[in-house]
Amino acid sequence: MRRTRFTWLRYVVLTAAALVFAFPFYFMLVGAFQENPTNTPDSLVPTSGWTTGNFTNIDSRIDLVGSLLNSLVFTAGVLLGTVVFGLLAGYAIARLDFRGRGATWVLMLLVQMVPFQLLMIPLYVQITRGYGLGDTYLGMILPFAINTTAVFIFSQFFRALPKEMFEAARIDGAGELRLLVSIAVPLVRPALVTVVLVTFIGPWNEFLWPFLITKDATMQPLAVSLANYISNVAQSTANPNGAILAGATTLAFPVVILFCLFQRYFTASDLGAAVKG
Amino acid sequence: MASVPATELRDPGRLRASRRRWLGTQPIGSLFSLPYLVFVLVIFAYPLGFAVYIAFHDYFFTAPGVEVAKPFVGLDNFVTVLTDERVLESFRNTGVFLLINVPLTVVLSMVLATALDSGVRWASAYRIAFYVPYLTASVSLVGVWMLLFSSGGLINSVLGPLAPSPSWLISSSLAMPTIALYVTWKQLGFYILLYLAALQNVPRELHESAMTDGANGWQRFRAVTVPGVRSATTLVLILAIITGANLFTEPYLLTNGGGPDGASSTPVLLIYQQGIQQQNPDTAAAIGMLLVIVVGLLSLTANRLTKES
Repeated sequence: MRRTRFTWLRYVVLTAAALVFAFPFYFMLVGAFQENPTNTPDSLVPTSGWTTGNFTNIDSRIDLVGSLLNSLVFTAGVLLGTVVFGLLAGYAIARLDFRGRGATWVLMLLVQMVPFQLLMIPLYVQITRGYGLGDTYLGMILPFAINTTAVFIFSQFFRALPKEMFEAARIDGAGELRLLVSIAVPLVRPALVTVVLVTFIGPWNEFLWPFLITKDATMQPLAVSLANYISNVAQSTANPNGAILAGATTLAFPVVILFCLFQRYFTASDLGAAVKG
Repeated sequence: MASVPATELRDPGRLRASRRRWLGTQPIGSLFSLPYLVFVLVIFAYPLGFAVYIAFHDYFFTAPGVEVAKPFVGLDNFVTVLTDERVLESFRNTGVFLLINVPLTVVLSMVLATALDSGVRWASAYRIAFYVPYLTASVSLVGVWMLLFSSGGLINSVLGPLAPSPSWLISSSLAMPTIALYVTWKQLGFYILLYLAALQNVPRELHESAMTDGANGWQRFRAVTVPGVRSATTLVLILAIITGANLFTEPYLLTNGGGPDGASSTPVLLIYQQGIQQQNPDTAAAIGMLLVIVVGLLSLTANRLTKES
């Protein structure tokens, strides 16, 4: 009897919390398609006033499609660097015996402990003034080019593969690169999906770094141009709320949809390795 | 190679053995990890040294190609920063943030993870709901919260006469607590996930024997669950402290640049304002170093406090 009462309480707590978590998303999505997003509780479920005008409104001020493309290029660059160089490094650390293997492992642990706020000023000086990469995709991508968490995840997965398989392939005369590409990588495909998802949200959601190095509005990813809209343009607009919610929806929903599709790859054990400092 | 003794040249087996000792059995591994090592040197090691250099020198931006002496000034930048009332205020604001955010985070994520653990129906739907704010861009969600918590926003119209005046984000006493509430909400899903992983390692038998001893749900939670996930609690505390010390997007957008009048400014916001807007990278780097030291000390304390006695 005590058990059933406890179970009942459990569902009340969970459902209440889930509503608190989900409500702002509901508000965002509905408001994005409303002529006048509500501020009162009695019109939370609107039946009329639907419009796509908010998207055209914000698009006339910040070039929604251009910003989305910038976000995509930024994210794709980080993904490419992380997958190519992360696979190589992760494989080397997990399966190859070479000088400097231990040192590389220690470096990876140290990198996780360096806080970005300490690097922000020197990186800004180095990349915009030293390399002249302000307002370029390369400058945006460089600080995130190889995600250390991804290298960790890859090396853990490679380590779990049976040793005999590698020995047999080496006896057959396969080179290490060939071994990696045609034997090891196909076996760690789940790790690849996890890494792509974990890495994707970093640059897609990142605000501070691209905000620092892009002054040219045509180079700004969506997170930056939406923030500019919120902090500068909105004040001089008659009815900015719908447009803000339309921009927020455009930025948020690609990630939400990706996550819902692939949510079984987001398990606690993968994310245990994904803890970032 | 010139120094290899003649005997070894005549004995290829020994040569290979000594090369193996020096470079390892698969020296190609160095080549594979080289891009990552170069990345770490360029993006982490060099800027880290550079940050320390800037903080101890009278560093300023010059036109490209112009060489001007940037003299060593010892602790001057640190003195400037520590006597700047705005900097001290930003650290106090971070303190207020942590006092609200950290306890809320630990308690709520532990309770929700426990409620979600072991055979709840619709578990994956609950997990998605909890986890989605963590995955979503802060810029998006800040936009939504800004509207919800504005003077004429939904929250105030629900509260009616109870609505605070001045409203949440423009009140100097409520701005920082509102940010703390927002960040708790946004990050909680990640911490719930960490606790869920930790709960898998709490032995079922402990719960069963506590039940045979007649312990109720609350007693079992206190005597079995809380001590069982102690190492996860340490991790959650440290990550929450680091996140709290890193605030930038929230005060920049939600309270319009740390307003009202600096009541929600944070150290990272000041690093941006002083280092890039006002072109004083030296004091900005000093704030960064102080922040890292404070975070390190707080994390050590959190670690000490949650250690088993």
